[in-house]
Amino acid sequence: MSQDSGTPVLTISGLRRAFGGLVAVNDLDFTVAQGEIMGLLGPNGSGKTTALNLISGVLRPDAGTIRLMGQNIAGLASYRIARLGLARTFQLVRVLDGMDCRENIKAGLAFQRPHLPASEAELRIDRLLDRVGLAGHDRRPAADLTYIDRKRLELARALAAKPRLLLLDEWLAGLNPSELAIGIDLIRSLRADGITIVLVEHVMSAVRALCDRCIVMSSGRKIAEGATADVLSDAAVVKAYLGGVAVDA
Amino acid sequence: MSTRIAGFGATALAALALLALVPRLGNAYYLALAISLLQYTVLATAWGMFSGPTRYVSLATTAFFGVGAYTVAVLGEILPWPLVLLTAAALGAIVAGIVGLSTLRLSGVYFVIFTFGLTELIRQLVVWFEVNKSRVLGRYVFVNITQADIYWQLLALTAAVFLLGWLIARSRLGFALRVIGEDETVAKHCGINTTFAKVALFTISATVMTLVGAIMAPRWTYIEPSIAFNSMISFQVLIMALLGGAHRLWGPVLGAVPLTLLFELLSARFPNTFTIILGCIFLLIVYMLPRGVAGLFEKLSTTAGGKPTQRVAA
Repeated sequence: MSQDSGTPVLTISGLRRAFGGLVAVNDLDFTVAQGEIMGLLGPNGSGKTTALNLISGVLRPDAGTIRLMGQNIAGLASYRIARLGLARTFQLVRVLDGMDCRENIKAGLAFQRPHLPASEAELRIDRLLDRVGLAGHDRRPAADLTYIDRKRLELARALAAKPRLLLLDEWLAGLNPSELAIGIDLIRSLRADGITIVLVEHVMSAVRALCDRCIVMSSGRKIAEGATADVLSDAAVVKAYLGGVAVDA
Repeated sequence: MSTRIAGFGATALAALALLALVPRLGNAYYLALAISLLQYTVLATAWGMFSGPTRYVSLATTAFFGVGAYTVAVLGEILPWPLVLLTAAALGAIVAGIVGLSTLRLSGVYFVIFTFGLTELIRQLVVWFEVNKSRVLGRYVFVNITQADIYWQLLALTAAVFLLGWLIARSRLGFALRVIGEDETVAKHCGINTTFAKVALFTISATVMTLVGAIMAPRWTYIEPSIAFNSMISFQVLIMALLGGAHRLWGPVLGAVPLTLLFELLSARFPNTFTIILGCIFLLIVYMLPRGVAGLFEKLSTTAGGKPTQRVAA
């Protein structure tokens, strides 16, 4: 990782994607530096999830480049992007219900190159179960887990590949206050490991607690970028979000 | 673990040796019935190998079975038998590869309809070729293969299919297929080349089906497209695999054996209403046993306080 410390983990320039007449992402530019947590904010329908889908290869961009560690990944298949070190979670949590927790995490690391020796993989799965607070649940079917445990499992699967860049799509949504505190601590601990994160989030307390910088999108365009506190008090952002009232959670 | 596998292997070999003696019984009816049982066991197991983990319901069994049978009809007298089988397998694999690459991006009901249409397409192509080019509509199959030979070949293929299925279930490819069956989007984001994995297993499964068609072809002395490409086979295999439980390697055989015996009985007793009864059986299976006989066994062993049976790919 150290040899890449000068290169931004993610560089996006001129990114555009339209669905018919609706331009969901319009001329989007931003960079994310190594070890940074970048907040991607904006009201519903502003293009955040489309942006994540473009970065992770679910959608192909109409124009623009997406560089992961300097390599252009725009238009590559999702599985190739995943093997280059990008992992993500989903807005509506997706775990593999027919498998147990151990197998869910195994899915995250079994298809990365080079393949891990089995003993090392098992060890990493144990550590991840412990890390996200699912120790002892390894043989429990994912379908039996509570909502927050499903979120934890999904995160563990994403972390299994040791990603360079992690995209979290409203990972903290729907958690109660005590779960939220646990979730924030967990994400913060990832930064300590040097994982770079793009966080799409509506929970403003989490954004304030976690994000170094934020960009805000509205109608597909970037309307603000900068340090979190500055961005959240920006007049244009306040207007886009709430029509005039200060942004606070 | 390894002693368990060795014990299981020894039991399987003993069972195989016993089954190999069936033609020695000297009863033509039992031999014919045993051939039917093996034929459907292999077809349903091969079907389950792909459709079980991925949950892609294929109705193309007939297409591959027919390709195999027709290869024998065309080449049976020209090439030595092993070469005929090899050619059939290669043709099946090529067709499956092409079909897989063009259709496995489809999902759900579109895939089902396409595979059903595929059978009809191949049948019509064969008819067109025979009528316009070779100017025959039926072909006689004159190869020196006895019923006992057919039985032994099918038995060997059965053993090979179970061994292959067991190996795949333990492989990275088998695990990839299960992840795809659970959630294809997640599979892609885990780094799985989903198209490759699906086409690979679809091709393996189709090659086995093609071989069954080729091995079975000498049973008929006369073959025409409507015999070789009888779409009823696709539906019967589907029902058998679902009854047995397609999520386990040994599931489909639990459906193939009772249903082959039942079909045998029904088609002899009620030749005219056979398909209506078949439809009703299909409905009953889906409603009563959504996870098949294999699922029922697992449920019973779990509720009885026992440990749930080991998954194929555990």
